[in-house]
Amino acid sequence: MVMVLGPVADVPLSRINPVAQLTAIGIVTVVLLTSLDIVTPAIVLAAELCLLPAAGLTDLRDLWRRTWPLLLGAASVGVVNVLLASDADPVTGAGLALRVIGLALPGVLLVASTDPVRLADALTIHWGVSTRFAYGALAALRLAPLLVAEFEAVRLARRTRGVEAGRNPVARVRLLAGVGFTLLVGAVRRGSRLATAMDARGFDSGITRTNARGSLLHPRDTWFVLATGAVCAVAVTVSVLTGYWSPVFIG
Amino acid sequence: MARPAVHPSSADTTERNPGGVRWRTVDIVVTAVLGVAFGVVFWAWNLVGEAASTPLDFFPPIKGLLNGVYLMPGVVAGLLVRKPGAAVFASTLAAAVSLLLGSPYGGIIVVYGLVQGLGGELGFLLTRYRSFGWGTAILAAVTAGLSTATLDITLYYAEVAFGLNVAYAVFTVLSSVLLAGVVGLLLVRALARTGALSSFAAGRQRV
Amino acid sequence: MGRDRPSGEGGASGTVAGGPSRIVARGLGVRHASRRAWALADVDLTVEPGERVLLTGASGAGKSTLLAALAGILDPEAAEQAGQLTVDGVAPHAARGRLGMLAQDPDSQLVMTRAGDDVAFGLENAGLPADEIWPRVDEALAAVGFGYGRERPTQALSGGEKQRLVLAGALARRPGLLLLDEPTAQLDPAGADVVRAAVARATADRRATVVVVDHDAGPWLPLVDRVVELLPGGLVEQPPGWRPARRTAGLELLPGADGPVLLTADAAGFTYPGTATPALRPTGAALQGGRALAVTGPNGSGKSTLALLLAGLRSPTTGRVEAAGELAAGVRGGHRAPIRWRAGELVTRIGTVFQHPEQQFLTGRLRDELALGPLRSGTGDAAARATAEELLERLGLTAFADANPYTLSGGQQRRLSVATVLATSPRVLVLDEPTFGQDAATWREVVTLLAEQRARGCAVVTVTHDRDLVEVLADAELAL
Repeated sequence: MVMVLGPVADVPLSRINPVAQLTAIGIVTVVLLTSLDIVTPAIVLAAELCLLPAAGLTDLRDLWRRTWPLLLGAASVGVVNVLLASDADPVTGAGLALRVIGLALPGVLLVASTDPVRLADALTIHWGVSTRFAYGALAALRLAPLLVAEFEAVRLARRTRGVEAGRNPVARVRLLAGVGFTLLVGAVRRGSRLATAMDARGFDSGITRTNARGSLLHPRDTWFVLATGAVCAVAVTVSVLTGYWSPVFIG
Repeated sequence: MARPAVHPSSADTTERNPGGVRWRTVDIVVTAVLGVAFGVVFWAWNLVGEAASTPLDFFPPIKGLLNGVYLMPGVVAGLLVRKPGAAVFASTLAAAVSLLLGSPYGGIIVVYGLVQGLGGELGFLLTRYRSFGWGTAILAAVTAGLSTATLDITLYYAEVAFGLNVAYAVFTVLSSVLLAGVVGLLLVRALARTGALSSFAAGRQRV
Repeated sequence: MGRDRPSGEGGASGTVAGGPSRIVARGLGVRHASRRAWALADVDLTVEPGERVLLTGASGAGKSTLLAALAGILDPEAAEQAGQLTVDGVAPHAARGRLGMLAQDPDSQLVMTRAGDDVAFGLENAGLPADEIWPRVDEALAAVGFGYGRERPTQALSGGEKQRLVLAGALARRPGLLLLDEPTAQLDPAGADVVRAAVARATADRRATVVVVDHDAGPWLPLVDRVVELLPGGLVEQPPGWRPARRTAGLELLPGADGPVLLTADAAGFTYPGTATPALRPTGAALQGGRALAVTGPNGSGKSTLALLLAGLRSPTTGRVEAAGELAAGVRGGHRAPIRWRAGELVTRIGTVFQHPEQQFLTGRLRDELALGPLRSGTGDAAARATAEELLERLGLTAFADANPYTLSGGQQRRLSVATVLATSPRVLVLDEPTFGQDAATWREVVTLLAEQRARGCAVVTVTHDRDLVEVLADAELAL
């Protein structure tokens, strides 16, 4: 499991402010969602792949671990659309598969380069996201690794009570659901205590919160967003010129 | 009996009103905890879903049955916290957490989380955040299911025949009613019985 | 209608400069909404500014309720209050800006992923400008003796270090009142020492009034000026030089007698997949019926891992764990290794109690919880129910027969988890820290119960840091 909930290693892409990255993701998402051809996602995806080293994703095994479900999903989308389209066309199918990857990869890049705390800082400072919700979410996020660590203990605890699933898949699902419930009870209790602890440190005081770390926007952030826009523009232009362009809401 | 001479703390008047809009810290954190917990469930379900969906390829709309899991956080949070926005917050966060853990759908999953949360929220809005029993649970599950089916069809299955897409929507809603609605409400009630929800109206009264 | 309440925390900066707080309680009573009896009645208490007071008493005496009242976090819908309680002359909720708290579980108090950010959290909430925050953070980290620097990921810290960090987070806000709620209850002895040393160091300047709440009074005595104890009759001021009664005093346990060896570990070791260092180095042990073995050793020595191997929950990666023919009799397939037994076979042979009882609860009622093991091992329904009722009676939990196990107090949960294991009458008992965080009464009950099982011919293994337990119960000690 890719447990990227703690502090993230510093990579070149970390120097781009999270809100600039999110803006870029927004641009890419809108452009790809409205394109049903193969050329646009191919060009955008190529540009995204160029950013992999900047996000520290140079180790192929690490990259595969982060993306294999995504690649499978893309393949499945491609196949389904070819099999079920009224006029089956492998190029459309491949285009849709590339589109899925093109949509998903920016998220992988963001996660690999952005610390959740910095993300919360940037969201609250630049986009006016409520500090109470942002840092409340951050506090809850800390509990995720604890849940994962507790999972094994709770699973073993079932056996000590005479409960195990063996090879019966229905029993396995029931067992898993039971383990999940036990974990959830613990997490909700812990969350309630955490809220008390946060209030004891003035989280609910009504005073306007300051931010000790800050979050600065640099010219490079603007350039990053502009470059993203440029890549998308090039992609769409090439698509139109080659005659492949097929926007989703027209014809 | 003596009248309390000291008015105890955190006596926010809005707390007395179950539909009160003000979010206490415990509302925020526990909603977020639900989001995080379901984010981990999403992560696992994404992997299971990939494997489970392959044999379903003979009739792809039936894959809608796998969608119910994704609609659980919104409906569960709405039923548990009973505050406007709880469904959206939990659902979006769950999606974001599954992204942090590695999602096959990438950044777009956050859009899904948002839309699915809004879908669930619509159900609670329609009952004006006043009742949180079976009717509301099923209604919110239906609206949540419709929201995600609509998004899926628009984004990914635009080329697929209309009839198949209707079937897909029906299967999605069915799965949502079962998992998000029925299992969701049972889950909230089971949590209430453990005493873990003592800070919430959902934990104090039997619906 | 409430009285007028201050809108902020009592000052523009939120962390008001000012001396230590003064606490006055007069005839204070608290009653929980669901209960008929008062959880706390007629409490009179004055704590002068800068004083360090220990509030002790058995579980259920109302310590937590009093603490919640002092912290101003009693929920008005769930609790009714009588009498008077003030902190610096105002109601506790109005004084919350001047409060610092340290509770039991470090993981439900840390907010941020880096140490420095977490200490800064409370200062950001107070609206301090960024350039004033970091000096205050460094000062607080130094005050508690935290040596890892601001960038340290909180996840990588031990329990004691986490608590030290939480304390720094509270002190950075320069509280007038510091409330410590059993801050060492979830730590091993080394971690507990770390926390007490940090408290001693950080409160030596008397800039804050300190109230420590703990049922385990002994270790705090050198740190506090006075001790008040909550007894069933009310709050009692203990005289200087007071020491708590030893929990082992007058305890008479049934002796055991040498029985046959039931289970052996032969150079059994365990390494988690994907890790290089073994969690448990090859270890030998022989569990004898009628005898109690204590497994001790520092954190990370593999004590709990050994318990999992002996309990048939994990398979050793080196060596063997094997049951004697007597214990393995009747197992399908004749397997000698407990890990190969089916769960239903395991529960009638080896009973295991985890450190956190709630991880083992499976049902929504105590009654069902106790009947579950017998049912799973093939006992008939009527017999299983009868066993459950008998155990409820013996443990004094009959009144809670239909309650949800999660709603029990910590001590009751511990007794229940031991009882669920006894329900299937296993010949081997494996317990991980069975006395952890328990007050004297529960401690004695658990120890007595274990001695009874030993006298019955059971082999009892306890993994523990608890020296008292080793002293009174163990026939042998395995130090890892």
